[in-house]
Amino acid sequence: MSSPGRATRRERIDRGIKVRSDEIFVLASARDLAWVLLPRALAVAALLLFPLLGARVGPYWQTVMINTMVIALLALSWDLLASVGLISLGQSLFFGLGGYVAGALDSFAGLGPLWSIPLATLLGAALATLVLYPLLRLRGVYFGLITFALPLLFMRLIETTGALGGTEGVSGLTPLPNRTVEIYLVTAAALLTAFAFRRLIATDYGLVFHAVRDNERSVMAAGFDVQRVKAQAVFLAALPAAFAGAFVTHRYQFVGMTAFAMEYSTLPLTAAVVGGPGSFLGPVVGSFILVPLSEAMREFGSLRVVLYSLMLLVFTVGLPEGIFRFVARKYGQFERRVAIEEAPDGR
Amino acid sequence: MAAEGEPLLRVRGLEKAFGKVLAVNDVSFDLRPGDALGVIGPNGSGKSTLINLVTGFVKPTAGTVEFKGKDITGIAPHRAVGLGIARSFQMARPFYNLPVYKNVVIPVYSPRSRKHMGAEFGDRDEAAVHLLEDVGFERDSPVPYKKAGELPHGYLKRLELARCLALDPDLIILDELFSGMSMSEIAGILPLLEKLRAAGKTLLMVEHRLRELFRVVDSVLMLQFGRKVAAGTPQEVMAMPEVAEAYLGAEVKVDA
Repeated sequence: MSSPGRATRRERIDRGIKVRSDEIFVLASARDLAWVLLPRALAVAALLLFPLLGARVGPYWQTVMINTMVIALLALSWDLLASVGLISLGQSLFFGLGGYVAGALDSFAGLGPLWSIPLATLLGAALATLVLYPLLRLRGVYFGLITFALPLLFMRLIETTGALGGTEGVSGLTPLPNRTVEIYLVTAAALLTAFAFRRLIATDYGLVFHAVRDNERSVMAAGFDVQRVKAQAVFLAALPAAFAGAFVTHRYQFVGMTAFAMEYSTLPLTAAVVGGPGSFLGPVVGSFILVPLSEAMREFGSLRVVLYSLMLLVFTVGLPEGIFRFVARKYGQFERRVAIEEAPDGR
Repeated sequence: MAAEGEPLLRVRGLEKAFGKVLAVNDVSFDLRPGDALGVIGPNGSGKSTLINLVTGFVKPTAGTVEFKGKDITGIAPHRAVGLGIARSFQMARPFYNLPVYKNVVIPVYSPRSRKHMGAEFGDRDEAAVHLLEDVGFERDSPVPYKKAGELPHGYLKRLELARCLALDPDLIILDELFSGMSMSEIAGILPLLEKLRAAGKTLLMVEHRLRELFRVVDSVLMLQFGRKVAAGTPQEVMAMPEVAEAYLGAEVKVDA
């Protein structure tokens, strides 16, 4: 590999500065600041400018963008649940509850989307928390199995009782004003959620979430009601997912049993794992990879599930930290070749 | 705090059956404010179960626990903490993925501490580091900023103690604090325990390291097969021939 005589090796330098001090102030150069801020600013700017392109990108890509943001909201919700140690295999539970509450509020109470979406976000999340409350003692795979079963249960319940329109669903709901408003609304919600969750998890309140994930008994011994902490986490995590359900309901002017469809569980889960769980940006990145891919493969039908499964497999084994963490780490490092000094004994 | 002479902790006829096995069988004792009681006994004699019963981690099948004159039998663990009972675990249970000082921030941030120590603690990160220094983490060392999963055993036990102290407890229950600690580590901890006693804290210590235990406590309770078989001062208890035999199978000298 290396030329004889001048052996070299690769040296890696981390850019990240890790300091914890009240006395030291770090004055970064404009270049360093740009290094840190540009990726974030560019991503946010791109997201905010996209809707302004309007018809120029065409309805297909607008739809892809909206679907991406919807899945990103569900994946962010998944990530917050995971931060407290609850692995959800049924994000469609939150999505469906939010969707049906919005549908009911609009159809039966005549509230427009301006009221029904915020109310359905809160009520849907509250309902989901009530449903999951008795199950919060379950850990790991058992909680996962229950969350997997619950959306199916709600689906069959609606089918057999005929409640809320039964198999027909609830249609003729008030639409959102136009496509641009739709894209802005869902993009703003996703950005706000990602920002809020990242801030939340950095506080001492969020620290308790991580502590519960690590060791419940020690959190009890520290004087916290673990059940309550988990319930609060579920409520907070359910908010963006219920919003997504309410949003999609008004977008399609319809809500039906498909709101509990498995795709709203598998896609967010895969997006979070592929993007990188625990970072709240990874799931968004993952959605941007998975949703367009999934749209492109629409003609293959249920074969797409095979693709999700394969991606899950490849990423859990090959890159468990996810794409986002991997890229962020590489972005903060540089490598250079340095000459290897000869050892004195010539070895 | 309870009036002088009034017990802080009153345990009466406490019993826990796991299936047909009585892990704790009819145990009664009193702890007055400022007392320091050592609980000794062979492995499997019910010492840890006794602690779990008092702190609410396990519900008793019979008997009562009173704290500050209030019945707390089968209380939820976080409520016991709220009343002023803090405990450590025999097997250290840190939050492995969090930095060491963040492990202490959790109890510093708990409802109990925010109510009692809020103003005194100020910045929670700072308070956590100070508490770690109190239990013998070197000042200005990088150790508190490492992940708790990387700590050696002796440090983990001291971390457990720091997490207890962060709760400003009236009753401190320590489950085999000394086990796995070196002689010099224990020597570093003893003055702190004496200081806690001087500050009026009540101690309940389960311990196998008798020589070190007897330097802290002034009374001893011995369990065997879940039963209380002896109680008294360390000298009295160790003088009972059946105790020394059952527990150690040999003589033990007690530093007066």
